[in-house]
Amino acid sequence: MLTPTTVDEACEMLSRGGAAPTLIAGATDVLVHWPMNLAARDRAYVDLSGVDSLRGISWTDDSLTLGALATYWDVVRETRVGREFPLLVSAARQVGAVQIQSRGTWAGNIVNASPAADGVPVLMAYDAVVVMRSSSGVEEVRLDEFYVGYKKMRRRSDQLVTAVRVPRRAHDVQFFEKVGARRAQAISKVGLAVAHSGAGWRVVAASVAETVRRCRAVEGMLERGEAVRSVGDVVSALRQDISPIDDVRSTAVYRERVLARLIYHGLRGVCPGFS
Amino acid sequence: MRVSFTLNGKAVSLEVDPSARLLDTLRYSLGLTGSKEGCGEGECGACTVYLDGLPVNSCLVPTFQARGRRVETIESIDPASLAAMVESGATQCGACTPGVVMTACWLRRHPELLSSHTARELMAGNLCRCTGYDGIVDGIEASMKKGRC
Ligand SMILES: Cc1cc2nc3c(=O)[nH]c(=O)nc-3n(C[C@H](O)[C@H](O)[C@H](O)COP(=O)(O)OP(=O)(O)OC[C@H]3O[C@@H](n4cnc5c(N)ncnc54)[C@H](O)[C@@H]3O)c2cc1C
Ligand code: FES
Ligand code: FES
Repeated sequence: MLTPTTVDEACEMLSRGGAAPTLIAGATDVLVHWPMNLAARDRAYVDLSGVDSLRGISWTDDSLTLGALATYWDVVRETRVGREFPLLVSAARQVGAVQIQSRGTWAGNIVNASPAADGVPVLMAYDAVVVMRSSSGVEEVRLDEFYVGYKKMRRRSDQLVTAVRVPRRAHDVQFFEKVGARRAQAISKVGLAVAHSGAGWRVVAASVAETVRRCRAVEGMLERGEAVRSVGDVVSALRQDISPIDDVRSTAVYRERVLARLIYHGLRGVCPGFS
Repeated sequence: MRVSFTLNGKAVSLEVDPSARLLDTLRYSLGLTGSKEGCGEGECGACTVYLDGLPVNSCLVPTFQARGRRVETIESIDPASLAAMVESGATQCGACTPGVVMTACWLRRHPELLSSHTARELMAGNLCRCTGYDGIVDGIEASMKKGRC
Protein backbone atom coordinates (compact mmCIF):
# COMPACT_ATOMS: atom_id res chain seq x y z
CA MET A 1 0.00 0.00 0.00
CA LEU A 2 1.52 3.26 -1.13
CA THR A 3 0.36 6.55 0.38
CA PRO A 4 1.62 9.54 -1.62
CA THR A 5 0.93 13.09 -0.42
CA THR A 6 1.77 14.94 -3.64
CA VAL A 7 0.91 14.49 -7.32
CA ASP A 8 4.60 14.14 -8.19
CA GLU A 9 5.02 11.33 -5.69
CA ALA A 10 1.92 9.57 -6.98
CA CYS A 11 3.17 9.84 -10.60
CA GLU A 12 6.55 8.47 -9.60
CA MET A 13 4.84 5.47 -7.95
CA LEU A 14 2.78 4.85 -11.09
CA SER A 15 5.88 4.86 -13.29
CA ARG A 16 7.75 2.12 -11.40
CA GLY A 17 6.92 -0.65 -13.89
CA GLY A 18 5.55 -4.12 -13.15
CA ALA A 19 1.82 -4.81 -12.93
CA ALA A 20 -0.27 -1.65 -13.24
CA PRO A 21 -1.00 -0.36 -9.73
CA THR A 22 -4.61 0.13 -8.59
CA LEU A 23 -5.40 3.71 -7.62
CA ILE A 24 -7.85 4.25 -4.78
CA ALA A 25 -9.90 7.44 -4.43
CA GLY A 26 -13.31 7.12 -2.69
CA ALA A 27 -13.02 3.31 -2.89
CA THR A 28 -16.73 2.82 -3.66
CA ASP A 29 -15.89 0.79 -6.75
CA VAL A 30 -12.54 -0.65 -5.66
CA LEU A 31 -13.78 -1.98 -2.28
CA VAL A 32 -16.66 -3.91 -3.77
CA HIS A 33 -14.09 -6.34 -5.20
CA TRP A 34 -11.59 -5.93 -2.39
CA PRO A 35 -9.14 -8.81 -1.90
CA MET A 36 -9.03 -10.09 1.67
CA ASN A 37 -5.28 -10.42 1.44
CA LEU A 38 -3.58 -7.54 -0.34
CA ALA A 39 -0.10 -8.93 0.20
CA ALA A 40 -0.93 -11.94 -1.99
CA ARG A 41 -1.63 -9.64 -4.93
CA ASP A 42 1.04 -8.99 -7.54
CA ARG A 43 0.19 -5.31 -7.77
CA ALA A 44 0.66 -2.16 -5.72
CA TYR A 45 -2.24 -0.12 -4.39
CA VAL A 46 -1.85 3.65 -4.43
CA ASP A 47 -4.10 5.58 -2.06
CA LEU A 48 -4.88 9.05 -3.38
CA SER A 49 -6.81 10.21 -0.31
CA GLY A 50 -3.72 11.87 1.21
CA VAL A 51 -3.00 14.01 -1.88
CA ASP A 52 -4.70 17.17 -0.66
CA SER A 53 -4.03 19.18 -3.82
CA LEU A 54 -6.49 16.89 -5.67
CA ARG A 55 -9.42 17.91 -3.44
CA GLY A 56 -12.22 20.30 -4.15
CA ILE A 57 -13.78 22.41 -6.86
CA SER A 58 -12.37 25.58 -8.42
CA TRP A 59 -13.51 28.17 -10.93
CA THR A 60 -11.81 30.32 -13.56
CA ASP A 61 -13.42 32.76 -15.98
CA ASP A 62 -14.01 30.06 -18.54
CA SER A 63 -14.14 26.75 -16.68
CA LEU A 64 -15.12 24.73 -13.65
CA THR A 65 -12.46 22.30 -12.43
CA LEU A 66 -13.31 19.24 -10.37
CA GLY A 67 -10.18 17.97 -8.61
CA ALA A 68 -9.64 14.22 -8.87
CA LEU A 69 -10.87 13.82 -5.28
CA ALA A 70 -13.96 16.04 -5.73
CA THR A 71 -17.00 14.01 -4.65
CA TYR A 72 -20.64 14.03 -5.68
CA TRP A 73 -21.49 15.59 -2.33
CA ASP A 74 -18.97 18.42 -2.92
CA VAL A 75 -20.95 19.25 -6.07
CA VAL A 76 -24.35 18.92 -4.40
CA ARG A 77 -23.26 21.37 -1.68
CA GLU A 78 -21.74 24.01 -3.98
CA THR A 79 -24.70 26.21 -4.94
CA ARG A 80 -22.80 27.78 -7.82
CA VAL A 81 -22.53 24.40 -9.55
CA GLY A 82 -26.29 24.05 -9.20
CA ARG A 83 -26.78 27.38 -10.94
CA GLU A 84 -24.33 26.88 -13.80
CA PHE A 85 -24.24 23.11 -14.24
CA PRO A 86 -27.54 21.81 -12.90
CA LEU A 87 -27.10 18.42 -14.57
CA LEU A 88 -24.03 17.72 -12.43
CA VAL A 89 -26.19 18.18 -9.34
CA SER A 90 -29.09 16.11 -10.62
CA ALA A 91 -26.78 13.24 -11.60
CA ALA A 92 -24.87 13.47 -8.28
CA ARG A 93 -28.11 13.23 -6.31
CA GLN A 94 -29.03 10.07 -8.19
CA VAL A 95 -25.75 8.25 -7.52
CA GLY A 96 -26.34 5.53 -4.91
CA ALA A 97 -27.36 7.39 -1.77
CA VAL A 98 -25.75 10.01 0.48
CA GLN A 99 -23.23 7.51 1.92
CA ILE A 100 -21.95 6.86 -1.63
CA GLN A 101 -22.18 10.52 -2.72
CA SER A 102 -19.99 11.56 0.21
CA ARG A 103 -17.18 9.23 -0.90
CA GLY A 104 -17.51 8.62 -4.64
CA THR A 105 -15.49 10.86 -6.96
CA TRP A 106 -16.17 12.09 -10.50
CA ALA A 107 -12.70 10.98 -11.59
CA GLY A 108 -13.32 7.50 -10.13
CA ASN A 109 -16.59 7.31 -12.06
CA ILE A 110 -14.74 8.18 -15.29
CA VAL A 111 -11.91 5.67 -14.83
CA ASN A 112 -14.20 2.91 -13.58
CA ALA A 113 -15.61 3.25 -17.11
CA SER A 114 -18.98 1.63 -16.51
CA PRO A 115 -21.35 2.03 -19.48
CA ALA A 116 -24.05 2.64 -16.83
CA ALA A 117 -22.23 5.47 -15.03
CA ASP A 118 -24.25 8.55 -14.02
CA GLY A 119 -21.44 11.08 -13.62
CA VAL A 120 -19.95 10.44 -17.06
CA PRO A 121 -23.00 11.30 -19.24
CA VAL A 122 -23.60 14.71 -17.68
CA LEU A 123 -19.89 15.60 -17.84
CA MET A 124 -19.81 14.48 -21.48
CA ALA A 125 -22.88 16.56 -22.31
CA TYR A 126 -21.01 19.59 -20.95
CA ASP A 127 -17.90 18.80 -23.08
CA ALA A 128 -15.70 17.95 -20.09
CA VAL A 129 -11.98 17.33 -20.55
CA VAL A 130 -10.00 14.71 -18.58
CA VAL A 131 -6.70 16.12 -17.32
CA MET A 132 -3.96 13.53 -16.68
CA ARG A 133 -0.43 13.74 -15.32
CA SER A 134 2.46 11.31 -15.48
CA SER A 135 6.19 11.56 -15.00
CA SER A 136 6.40 12.46 -18.70
CA GLY A 137 3.97 15.37 -18.57
CA VAL A 138 0.37 16.54 -18.79
CA GLU A 139 -2.16 15.22 -21.27
CA GLU A 140 -5.73 16.34 -21.82
CA VAL A 141 -8.34 14.20 -23.54
CA ARG A 142 -11.92 15.20 -24.24
CA LEU A 143 -14.26 12.89 -22.33
CA ASP A 144 -16.21 12.16 -25.53
CA GLU A 145 -12.96 10.80 -27.03
CA PHE A 146 -11.72 9.09 -23.85
CA TYR A 147 -13.38 5.67 -24.23
CA VAL A 148 -12.31 3.32 -26.99
CA GLY A 149 -14.23 0.15 -26.01
CA TYR A 150 -15.77 -1.66 -23.06
CA LYS A 151 -13.75 -0.49 -20.03
CA LYS A 152 -10.99 0.60 -22.43
CA MET A 153 -9.82 4.17 -22.40
CA ARG A 154 -7.13 6.52 -23.57
CA ARG A 155 -5.30 6.48 -20.28
CA ARG A 156 -1.97 4.75 -19.80
CA SER A 157 -1.49 2.91 -16.53
CA ASP A 158 1.18 5.44 -15.49
CA GLN A 159 -1.24 8.34 -15.89
CA LEU A 160 -3.04 9.86 -12.94
CA VAL A 161 -6.25 11.75 -13.59
CA THR A 162 -5.67 15.01 -11.72
CA ALA A 163 -8.82 16.90 -12.67
CA VAL A 164 -11.91 17.11 -14.84
CA ARG A 165 -12.39 20.47 -16.52
CA VAL A 166 -15.77 21.68 -17.70
CA PRO A 167 -16.09 24.73 -19.98
CA ARG A 168 -18.50 27.40 -18.75
CA ARG A 169 -21.16 28.08 -21.36
CA ALA A 170 -24.74 29.26 -21.33
CA HIS A 171 -27.11 26.35 -21.95
CA ASP A 172 -30.66 26.98 -23.07
CA VAL A 173 -31.70 23.31 -22.97
CA GLN A 174 -30.38 20.75 -20.50
CA PHE A 175 -31.82 17.68 -18.84
CA PHE A 176 -30.71 14.41 -17.30
CA GLU A 177 -32.86 11.30 -17.01
CA LYS A 178 -31.98 8.09 -15.22
CA VAL A 179 -34.23 5.07 -15.43
CA GLY A 180 -33.48 2.48 -12.76
CA ALA A 181 -35.38 -0.19 -10.86
CA ARG A 182 -35.87 2.24 -7.98
CA ARG A 183 -35.00 5.85 -7.25
CA ALA A 184 -31.94 5.34 -5.03
CA GLN A 185 -29.24 2.67 -4.93
CA ALA A 186 -29.97 1.58 -8.50
CA ILE A 187 -27.72 1.21 -11.50
CA SER A 188 -29.32 2.72 -14.58
CA LYS A 189 -31.15 0.66 -17.19
CA VAL A 190 -31.05 3.73 -19.41
CA GLY A 191 -29.41 7.12 -18.88
CA LEU A 192 -29.70 10.29 -20.96
CA ALA A 193 -28.07 13.71 -20.73
CA VAL A 194 -29.00 16.41 -23.24
CA ALA A 195 -27.52 19.91 -23.44
CA HIS A 196 -27.65 22.72 -25.98
CA SER A 197 -25.30 25.70 -26.06
CA GLY A 198 -23.47 27.83 -28.62
CA ALA A 199 -21.34 24.73 -29.20
CA GLY A 200 -24.37 22.82 -30.48
CA TRP A 201 -26.43 19.85 -29.34
CA ARG A 202 -25.08 17.12 -27.09
CA VAL A 203 -27.12 13.96 -26.66
CA VAL A 204 -25.32 11.45 -24.43
CA ALA A 205 -26.69 8.01 -23.62
CA ALA A 206 -25.71 5.52 -20.91
CA SER A 207 -26.34 1.77 -20.59
CA VAL A 208 -27.03 1.35 -24.30
CA ALA A 209 -23.55 0.63 -25.68
CA GLU A 210 -20.12 -0.58 -24.57
CA THR A 211 -19.37 2.87 -23.21
CA VAL A 212 -21.29 5.98 -22.33
CA ARG A 213 -21.46 7.75 -25.69
CA ARG A 214 -22.65 10.71 -27.69
CA CYS A 215 -25.48 9.93 -30.08
CA ARG A 216 -24.09 11.75 -33.07
CA ALA A 217 -26.80 10.76 -35.55
CA VAL A 218 -29.45 12.16 -33.22
CA GLU A 219 -27.34 15.28 -32.62
CA GLY A 220 -27.05 15.75 -36.40
CA MET A 221 -30.79 15.49 -36.79
CA LEU A 222 -31.22 18.21 -34.15
CA GLU A 223 -28.56 20.46 -35.67
CA ARG A 224 -30.25 20.29 -39.05
CA GLY A 225 -33.62 21.07 -37.46
CA GLU A 226 -35.19 18.03 -39.13
CA ALA A 227 -38.89 17.49 -38.57
CA VAL A 228 -39.41 14.88 -35.85
CA ARG A 229 -43.06 13.90 -35.57
CA SER A 230 -42.93 10.67 -33.58
CA VAL A 231 -40.82 8.46 -31.35
CA GLY A 232 -40.22 6.36 -34.46
CA ASP A 233 -38.37 9.23 -36.15
CA VAL A 234 -35.97 9.31 -33.18
CA VAL A 235 -35.52 5.53 -33.28
CA SER A 236 -34.25 5.54 -36.87
CA ALA A 237 -31.46 7.96 -36.02
CA LEU A 238 -30.77 6.37 -32.65
CA ARG A 239 -30.14 2.94 -34.23
CA GLN A 240 -27.01 4.36 -35.83
CA ASP A 241 -25.75 5.46 -32.42
CA ILE A 242 -26.44 2.71 -29.93
CA SER A 243 -26.05 -1.07 -29.56
CA PRO A 244 -28.01 -2.05 -26.46
CA ILE A 245 -27.91 -5.59 -25.07
CA ASP A 246 -30.02 -7.84 -22.85
CA ASP A 247 -28.52 -8.22 -19.39
CA VAL A 248 -29.52 -8.65 -15.74
CA ARG A 249 -30.92 -5.14 -15.51
CA SER A 250 -32.90 -4.82 -18.71
CA THR A 251 -33.38 -5.79 -22.35
CA ALA A 252 -32.15 -4.29 -25.59
CA VAL A 253 -35.72 -3.66 -26.79
CA TYR A 254 -36.70 -1.88 -23.58
CA ARG A 255 -33.56 0.24 -23.61
CA GLU A 256 -33.97 1.44 -27.17
CA ARG A 257 -37.65 2.18 -26.75
CA VAL A 258 -37.27 4.04 -23.47
CA LEU A 259 -34.27 6.05 -24.64
CA ALA A 260 -36.10 7.13 -27.81
CA ARG A 261 -39.10 8.20 -25.75
CA LEU A 262 -36.99 10.13 -23.28
CA ILE A 263 -35.39 12.00 -26.17
CA TYR A 264 -38.66 12.65 -27.98
CA HIS A 265 -40.68 13.76 -24.97
CA GLY A 266 -37.76 15.71 -23.51
CA LEU A 267 -37.33 17.76 -26.69
CA ARG A 268 -40.92 18.15 -27.80
CA GLY A 269 -41.88 21.78 -27.40
CA VAL A 270 -38.24 22.64 -26.75
CA CYS A 271 -36.42 21.86 -29.96
CA PRO A 272 -37.62 23.39 -33.24
CA GLY A 273 -38.64 20.62 -35.59
CA PHE A 274 -40.16 18.40 -32.87
CA SER A 275 -43.92 18.16 -32.97
CA MET B 1 0.53 -0.57 8.85
CA ARG B 2 -0.01 1.90 11.69
CA VAL B 3 -3.09 4.09 11.47
CA SER B 4 -4.01 6.94 13.84
CA PHE B 5 -7.29 8.81 13.85
CA THR B 6 -9.84 10.41 16.14
CA LEU B 7 -12.57 8.01 17.21
CA ASN B 8 -15.61 9.44 18.98
CA GLY B 9 -13.51 12.38 20.14
CA LYS B 10 -10.51 10.36 21.39
CA ALA B 11 -7.20 9.72 19.65
CA VAL B 12 -6.61 6.07 18.68
CA SER B 13 -3.61 4.48 17.03
CA LEU B 14 -3.35 0.86 15.99
CA GLU B 15 -1.62 -1.59 13.69
CA VAL B 16 -3.95 -2.82 10.91
CA ASP B 17 -3.71 -5.04 7.88
CA PRO B 18 -3.73 -2.88 4.71
CA SER B 19 -6.81 -4.76 3.51
CA ALA B 20 -8.81 -4.10 6.70
CA ARG B 21 -12.16 -2.38 6.25
CA LEU B 22 -13.07 0.33 8.75
CA LEU B 23 -16.18 -1.67 9.74
CA ASP B 24 -14.04 -4.65 10.82
CA THR B 25 -11.47 -2.48 12.56
CA LEU B 26 -14.22 -0.81 14.58
CA ARG B 27 -15.96 -4.07 15.46
CA TYR B 28 -13.11 -6.51 15.92
CA SER B 29 -10.03 -4.46 16.81
CA LEU B 30 -11.69 -1.64 18.74
CA GLY B 31 -14.66 -3.50 20.21
CA LEU B 32 -17.29 -1.07 18.92
CA THR B 33 -19.88 -3.55 17.71
CA GLY B 34 -22.73 -1.07 17.27
CA SER B 35 -22.07 -0.64 13.53
CA LYS B 36 -23.56 -3.64 11.71
CA GLU B 37 -22.71 -5.45 8.50
CA GLY B 38 -25.83 -5.96 6.40
CA CYS B 39 -24.51 -6.35 2.88
CA GLY B 40 -20.81 -5.53 2.85
CA GLU B 41 -21.18 -3.72 -0.46
CA GLY B 42 -22.48 -0.26 0.22
CA GLU B 43 -26.17 -0.91 -0.41
CA CYS B 44 -27.85 -1.14 2.99
CA GLY B 45 -26.32 1.53 5.25
CA ALA B 46 -26.30 -0.64 8.41
CA CYS B 47 -22.59 0.17 8.77
CA THR B 48 -23.01 3.96 8.51
CA VAL B 49 -20.48 6.05 10.48
CA TYR B 50 -19.31 9.65 10.05
CA LEU B 51 -15.97 10.31 8.41
CA ASP B 52 -15.00 13.95 8.93
CA GLY B 53 -18.65 14.62 9.75
CA LEU B 54 -20.24 13.03 6.67
CA PRO B 55 -22.13 9.72 6.65
CA VAL B 56 -20.22 6.94 4.87
CA ASN B 57 -20.56 3.17 4.62
CA SER B 58 -17.75 1.84 6.81
CA CYS B 59 -17.80 -1.45 4.85
CA LEU B 60 -16.45 0.52 1.86
CA VAL B 61 -13.76 2.47 3.70
CA PRO B 62 -10.31 0.90 3.87
CA THR B 63 -9.13 1.57 7.43
CA PHE B 64 -5.94 3.23 6.25
CA GLN B 65 -8.06 5.97 4.65
CA ALA B 66 -9.18 7.01 8.14
CA ARG B 67 -5.65 8.12 9.01
CA GLY B 68 -5.60 11.64 10.37
CA ARG B 69 -9.40 11.89 10.13
CA ARG B 70 -12.37 12.05 12.47
CA VAL B 71 -14.52 8.93 12.81
CA GLU B 72 -17.77 8.88 14.80
CA THR B 73 -19.87 5.80 15.40
CA ILE B 74 -23.29 4.98 16.84
CA GLU B 75 -21.59 4.66 20.24
CA SER B 76 -21.15 8.46 20.21
CA ILE B 77 -24.91 9.12 20.08
CA ASP B 78 -26.76 9.90 23.31
CA PRO B 79 -29.57 7.29 23.61
CA ALA B 80 -31.74 9.83 25.41
CA SER B 81 -31.92 11.85 22.19
CA LEU B 82 -33.67 8.99 20.42
CA ALA B 83 -36.93 8.95 22.37
CA ALA B 84 -38.99 10.42 19.52
CA MET B 85 -37.73 7.76 17.12
CA VAL B 86 -38.54 4.95 19.52
CA GLU B 87 -42.04 6.32 20.07
CA SER B 88 -42.76 6.64 16.34
CA GLY B 89 -41.84 3.01 15.63
CA ALA B 90 -38.61 3.78 13.80
CA THR B 91 -37.15 0.49 14.99
CA GLN B 92 -38.44 -3.08 15.04
CA CYS B 93 -35.90 -5.89 14.65
CA GLY B 94 -33.10 -3.33 15.02
CA ALA B 95 -30.72 -4.64 12.36
CA CYS B 96 -30.82 -1.40 10.40
CA THR B 97 -31.21 0.88 13.42
CA PRO B 98 -27.60 1.90 14.15
CA GLY B 99 -27.22 3.03 10.56
CA VAL B 100 -30.64 4.67 10.43
CA VAL B 101 -29.87 6.59 13.62
CA MET B 102 -26.52 7.79 12.26
CA THR B 103 -28.05 9.21 9.09
CA ALA B 104 -31.06 10.58 10.97
CA CYS B 105 -28.84 12.35 13.53
CA TRP B 106 -26.69 13.81 10.76
CA LEU B 107 -29.84 15.20 9.19
CA ARG B 108 -30.99 16.56 12.53
CA ARG B 109 -27.65 18.34 12.92
CA HIS B 110 -28.00 19.82 9.40
CA PRO B 111 -31.60 21.01 9.13
CA GLU B 112 -30.51 23.31 6.28
CA LEU B 113 -30.36 20.20 4.07
CA LEU B 114 -34.14 20.01 4.20
CA SER B 115 -34.36 23.15 2.04
CA SER B 116 -32.95 21.18 -0.91
CA HIS B 117 -33.68 17.53 0.00
CA THR B 118 -36.49 15.56 1.57
CA ALA B 119 -35.79 13.38 4.60
CA ARG B 120 -36.68 10.37 2.46
CA GLU B 121 -34.03 11.21 -0.15
CA LEU B 122 -31.36 11.64 2.53
CA MET B 123 -32.40 8.37 4.20
CA ALA B 124 -32.43 6.39 0.93
CA GLY B 125 -29.12 4.70 1.70
CA ASN B 126 -30.50 3.02 4.84
CA LEU B 127 -32.57 -0.01 3.94
CA CYS B 128 -35.08 -1.36 6.46
CA ARG B 129 -37.07 -4.56 6.02
CA CYS B 130 -39.40 -4.01 8.97
CA THR B 131 -40.77 -0.53 9.49
CA GLY B 132 -41.94 0.44 6.01
CA TYR B 133 -40.00 3.68 6.59
CA ASP B 134 -42.96 5.79 7.74
CA GLY B 135 -41.98 5.31 11.39
CA ILE B 136 -38.44 6.41 10.56
CA VAL B 137 -39.52 9.52 8.69
CA ASP B 138 -42.10 10.43 11.36
CA GLY B 139 -39.48 9.94 14.06
CA ILE B 140 -37.05 12.24 12.27
CA GLU B 141 -39.70 14.92 11.86
CA ALA B 142 -40.75 14.68 15.51
CA SER B 143 -37.17 14.74 16.76
CA MET B 144 -36.19 17.69 14.53
CA LYS B 145 -38.52 19.74 16.69
CA LYS B 146 -36.97 18.49 19.90
CA GLY B 147 -33.36 19.42 19.16
CA ARG B 148 -30.03 17.80 18.63
CA CYS B 149 -28.70 14.24 18.68
C1 LIG C 1 -23.86 0.93 -3.33
C2 LIG C 1 -23.25 1.60 -4.54
C3 LIG C 1 -24.06 2.36 -5.35
C4 LIG C 1 -23.52 3.00 -6.48
N1 LIG C 1 -24.36 3.73 -7.26
C5 LIG C 1 -23.89 4.31 -8.36
C6 LIG C 1 -24.77 5.06 -9.20
O1 LIG C 1 -25.97 5.20 -8.93
N2 LIG C 1 -24.24 5.63 -10.32
C7 LIG C 1 -22.92 5.51 -10.64
O2 LIG C 1 -22.49 6.07 -11.66
N3 LIG C 1 -22.07 4.81 -9.86
C8 LIG C 1 -22.52 4.21 -8.74
N4 LIG C 1 -21.67 3.47 -7.95
C9 LIG C 1 -20.27 3.32 -8.36
C10 LIG C 1 -19.27 4.29 -7.74
O3 LIG C 1 -19.77 4.84 -6.54
C11 LIG C 1 -18.91 5.45 -8.67
O4 LIG C 1 -18.41 4.93 -9.89
C12 LIG C 1 -17.88 6.40 -8.05
O5 LIG C 1 -17.86 7.59 -8.78
C13 LIG C 1 -16.48 5.83 -8.00
O6 LIG C 1 -15.61 6.79 -7.41
P1 LIG C 1 -14.57 6.40 -6.25
O7 LIG C 1 -13.81 7.61 -5.94
O8 LIG C 1 -15.26 5.72 -5.14
O9 LIG C 1 -13.67 5.36 -7.07
P2 LIG C 1 -12.64 4.25 -6.63
O10 LIG C 1 -13.38 3.02 -6.23
O11 LIG C 1 -11.65 4.77 -5.67
O12 LIG C 1 -11.95 4.04 -8.04
C14 LIG C 1 -12.68 3.64 -9.19
C15 LIG C 1 -11.72 3.38 -10.36
O13 LIG C 1 -11.10 4.57 -10.78
C16 LIG C 1 -9.69 4.50 -10.63
N5 LIG C 1 -9.29 5.83 -10.20
C17 LIG C 1 -9.83 6.55 -9.17
N6 LIG C 1 -9.29 7.79 -9.14
C18 LIG C 1 -8.40 7.86 -10.15
C19 LIG C 1 -7.53 8.89 -10.63
N7 LIG C 1 -7.47 10.10 -10.04
N8 LIG C 1 -6.74 8.63 -11.70
C20 LIG C 1 -6.80 7.42 -12.31
N9 LIG C 1 -7.61 6.41 -11.91
C21 LIG C 1 -8.39 6.62 -10.83
C22 LIG C 1 -9.45 3.40 -9.65
O14 LIG C 1 -8.21 2.79 -9.80
C23 LIG C 1 -10.60 2.45 -10.00
O15 LIG C 1 -10.28 1.71 -11.14
C24 LIG C 1 -22.16 2.85 -6.79
C25 LIG C 1 -21.33 2.08 -5.96
C26 LIG C 1 -21.87 1.47 -4.84
C27 LIG C 1 -20.98 0.65 -3.96
S1 FES D 1 -22.87 -3.34 5.33
FE1 FES D 1 -22.08 -1.49 4.62
S2 FES D 1 -23.68 -0.74 3.38
FE2 FES D 1 -24.43 -2.70 3.92
S1 FES E 1 -36.03 -2.50 11.97
FE1 FES E 1 -35.68 -4.42 11.06
S2 FES E 1 -34.52 -3.87 9.30
FE2 FES E 1 -35.14 -1.98 10.06
